Formats: sequence, C-alpha cells, structure tokens
Amino acid sequence: MSSEREQPILRVHDIDVVYGEAIHVLRGVSLEVPTGAIVAMLGANGAGKTTLLRACSGLLGVQQGSVTSGMILLDGVRIERAKPASVVRRGLAQVMEGRRIFGELTVEENLRAGAFTRRDRSGIRSTYEHVLELFPVLGERRRSQAGYLSGGEQQMLAIARALMAAPRLLLLDEPSLGLAPMIVEKIRDIIAAINRTGTSVLLVEQNASMALSIAHHAYVLETGRVVREGPGPELLDDPEIRRLYLGASEGPRHSFTTLAPTSRVRPWMP
Amino acid sequence: MTKFLELCFAGVALGAQYALVALGYVVIYRATSVINFAQGGFVMIGAYLAYNFHQTWGLPFYLAVVLAMIGGAMVGALVEALILRRLVGRPAFVIIMVTIGILILIEQLVPVVWGQDPLALGDPWGVRSIKLGDIALAVADFWTLGIVAVVLIVFFLYFKYSRMGVAMRATASDQEAALAQGIGAGLVIGVSWAIAGAVAALAGVTLAGGGGGVRLDIELVALAALPAIILGGLDSPGGAVVGGLVIGLSQSLASGYQPEYAPWLGSGFDLALPYIIMVIVLLVRPYGLFGQREVRRV
Ligand SMILES: Nc1ncnc2c1ncn2[C@@H]1O[C@H](COP(=O)(O)OP(=O)(O)O)[C@@H](O)[C@H]1O
Ligand SMILES: [Mg+2]
Repeated sequence: MSSEREQPILRVHDIDVVYGEAIHVLRGVSLEVPTGAIVAMLGANGAGKTTLLRACSGLLGVQQGSVTSGMILLDGVRIERAKPASVVRRGLAQVMEGRRIFGELTVEENLRAGAFTRRDRSGIRSTYEHVLELFPVLGERRRSQAGYLSGGEQQMLAIARALMAAPRLLLLDEPSLGLAPMIVEKIRDIIAAINRTGTSVLLVEQNASMALSIAHHAYVLETGRVVREGPGPELLDDPEIRRLYLGASEGPRHSFTTLAPTSRVRPWMP
Repeated sequence: MTKFLELCFAGVALGAQYALVALGYVVIYRATSVINFAQGGFVMIGAYLAYNFHQTWGLPFYLAVVLAMIGGAMVGALVEALILRRLVGRPAFVIIMVTIGILILIEQLVPVVWGQDPLALGDPWGVRSIKLGDIALAVADFWTLGIVAVVLIVFFLYFKYSRMGVAMRATASDQEAALAQGIGAGLVIGVSWAIAGAVAALAGVTLAGGGGGVRLDIELVALAALPAIILGGLDSPGGAVVGGLVIGLSQSLASGYQPEYAPWLGSGFDLALPYIIMVIVLLVRPYGLFGQREVRRV
C-alpha cells in the first residue's frame, strides 16, 4: 500500500470547479507539490489559476464556487470542502492576487492579522522577527499605514502576512503583477529564500521566465485544463513555452489547445 | 452663563448616551455594511434587564449594570446567530428590513414580559443634583459620563490592540483577504453584534437612571442617534462618539434657548435639530465628518 516516495504536501486530484452552479471553470485538474519544492503554475489571464488556488485555500465559497468533483489533499487530508481558517491551521497560507493588504491598518497590524489562527505568543513573536529579517523594509515601516506603501512593499507585506501563519505550504498568486522588473527579481529571490527554509511553494504566474527560473516543476493551465507539465528548466527551454509565455515572437500566437486537438476544450454551453 | 454651562453639561451627558448607541450602529455597519435598526430594542432590553437584576433580584446596582451589558451582548449575539447568519449574502435592504422586523418583535415582546407601565430603576443617582457655584448638575449625568467614558476607552483599546480588534478592522478593510488569513467573517460579525448589544444596553440603563425610569419609549434614543453616525461617518467609531456629542449638545442647547429666542420654530424643534444638522453636514462632507474613503495605492 504505502509507497516509498514521500507523500506530496499538496495533491490536487482530478478536480472540477464550478461557479454559481453554472460556470464550469476547472476540468479534471491534477497536480502535485512535492514537500519542499517550488511548483509553478503558468497560464494566461482567465485560465483558472486563481480559481485553482481558491479551491485549495477554501476561498471558493465566498465566490459562490465549489469543487464539484475530485479531491484536494493537504498532507493526505482532504481539504476541498474545508473552511479557510482550518486550511490555514493545517499549514497552508495564500498570498492573494493583487496583494490585498489591509490598507487602513498599519504594517504591524497586517502582520498580526496574518497570525490570527495562532495562539502561541512566543511562536508568533519569533515568526515576526524572522519575517522582519526577510523584509527589513517592513520593519522600518511597521507603524506606517499599509495603504501608503509602494506596490513592491505591499507585495512584500502580503507575503510577510501569509508567512505569519507559519505555513508549510505557501500559495502565491501572481506576485510579480504590476511590479517593475527589479522588484520582480527581488520578490523571486525572496520566494527562493522562503523555500530554502523548508516551506513548499505553489507559485502561480503569468511571468513565466520569473517563475520557471526558480521552479523545480511547472504546469501550464489553459482554459481550465492542465495542458503541459515538466521540470522547470525543461519548460524554460521549450520553444513552445517560449513562444506562448515568454514573449518570443516567432510566428503567430496560438495555444496548446489549437496545437493538440485531443485536448481541445469543449466550450461550455449555457 | 449659568444656564449655558448647565445645558452644555446635560448635553454632553445626553450625547454620551447617543455615542453609545451610535457606536453600536458603526460596529455592525463595519462588519456587515448594514444599519441595524433593532438597536433601539437592545436599548430597551438593557434597561429592563438592569431593572430585573437590581430591583427584582436585589443585586447591587453597579453589578446589575454590568450584568445588563452582558445580557445585551448575549441578546445581540443570539439575534445574529439565529436570524442574521441565515441571511448572509442577501441584498442589504433585505437585511435592513429584517432588523426592523426584529425591532418590532422586541417592541411587542417587552411589554408582554415587563408590562406597559414605567418602572423605577432604583439607581443610586435619583434626581439629585449638585451645585458647582451657581451651576446645578445632575448626579446621574456625572455617573453617565464617567461610566460611558470608561466603556468607550475600553472599547477603543480593545479595537486598537486586541487580537479580535485587529481582526475586526481587517475584516472591515477587506473581508475576503481577512478570510484568507483564517479570520472568519461569522466570528467578527457575531462579536460586533455582541458589542452593539452591550453598549446599547448601557445606553438604556443610563437613560432609565436619573429619574428617567424604565419605560417603553427609551428605544427612541436609537432614532435620535441615527444622525450621529451619518454625521460622524458610518464606518468611524471615533466619528460616532463625536457625532453623538454634537447631537446631544445641540439638542440640549436648542431645548434651552429656542423656546425663548425662536419660538416661531415651534415646539419639539430640538428633536428635529439632529436631522437638520445631519443634512447640512452631508451637503458639505458626503462621507460624514470622519468617514474614510479607501486608502489604497496600486
Ligand atoms: N467569482 C467568479 N464567478 C464566476 N466566474 C468566475 C469567478 N471568478 C473567476 N471566474 C471565471 O473563471 C475563469 C478563470 O478565472 P481565474 O481563475 O480568475 O483565472 P486566472 O487567475 O487564471 O486569470 C474566468 O473565465 C473568470 O471569468
Ligand atoms: Mg488570477
């Protein structure tokens, strides 16, 4: 029964996600995040990347969405119907798309909010110090209202806030969105540093070069299906990936679904 | 001058009571974006509970006040858990109509339990007043101000520094992002209703004290406090307090001077005044005095 291979920290198995009982967004999506790894999920706007993360973190409910089939296992425990708070307590934290920091609160209060599910004061304290080491700029500005931070600082705060829950798996939704290239590099290095301390990472990105440069393994999502997967470096060298996601402009843009008719998505009929 | 100072003092005491009720509105509004019209019902229940604890069961008055607040908190939390939790996601006006329904229910229920006639709260303040030079100040007003000040300070410390206070502000800022941190909206909303119930109950007790009596019509304070939150900004607890004080003060001064200097405005002008002030402030500042637009840089 039991395999020799270590159990992945996250296993998404053949899930379908539907919004409002009508909008079928994910179809048969499966993926794994091996413990300790950085896994990237690439895909264009509207592919369903955010939806996938919501399914893992329990945030589909507020969007009137649900996992209609398949399962999601965090350390072997099913979480596809779990509440966000219980998912966070189990060690999964999500950095939402668009940063979503609490603008009216101070930096310090944002971080406290990130530790809401924890009760061990000394543990929270040491995480707090660790986080400020990782992001010294947040320490300098800890009494500032978070809404006045720059975009890059807000992204750092969003990541730091998630780390305050002391997650073993960190989900990041397009952390490079809208940031200058230099800041993107910094964020990438920080993600790599977080991973080196033992936190597994599922990194959703449209910026494929950034994601693939640190990912051990990557998936490509297109209109709700996984159309490609492979080791990060392999995908980085793949001419098709380069054409589609790295802006190399050889020939007309087309998608995997048009290349591979077998995986073509049947359009949803109302 | 004497009259002016007396009116000011009484006005601030009245305003403190408005501030309590207004704070209840604001706390619930921040958690749910809905104005809870049942607030007046909580005011009534608080006063009647204090009457029971003190007069019926003979507990010391100040203990009765604390117990009435706890009772108010429980009623608030219960109403939320039993009724409003089932309406999550419904349009705001539906929820507002339901809170009006709850108010009517409480209005019907209270006389059934406690009768129609005014009851004596039995507070140690009575109608006594003390003299500061020429100025006569009601003892009840002193105590009202003192108790309300303590409760407001505790509230603001809780709101600013406690784990739950931070969570409440985070939820008001971005409910979904708060949820992603594991801060359940249900918990925050429940705590908000409990706080609203507690402060409303205290408002009821202080209104019933000082010779006011435990009466069915003390719920009307909630209506008079409504302009206070519009004035202060629906989402600002500090604004609620300032708005409450402004309304109380202006009402008191109007009731003292208007019959003499502007009788042509008719009787009961002081009751309309809060709404007049509200309209004027809203013309100048659409978000109220302290209402915030989002501070968010992208
Ligand atoms: N709350 C929602 N209700 C209905 N449809 C949604 C909702 N959120 C996203 N969608 C739809 O699901 C699809 C995937 O969206 P999303 O997961 O946000 O993609 P991505 O993050 O890859 O850009 C889109 O077509 C989008 O319109
Ligand atoms: Mg997205």
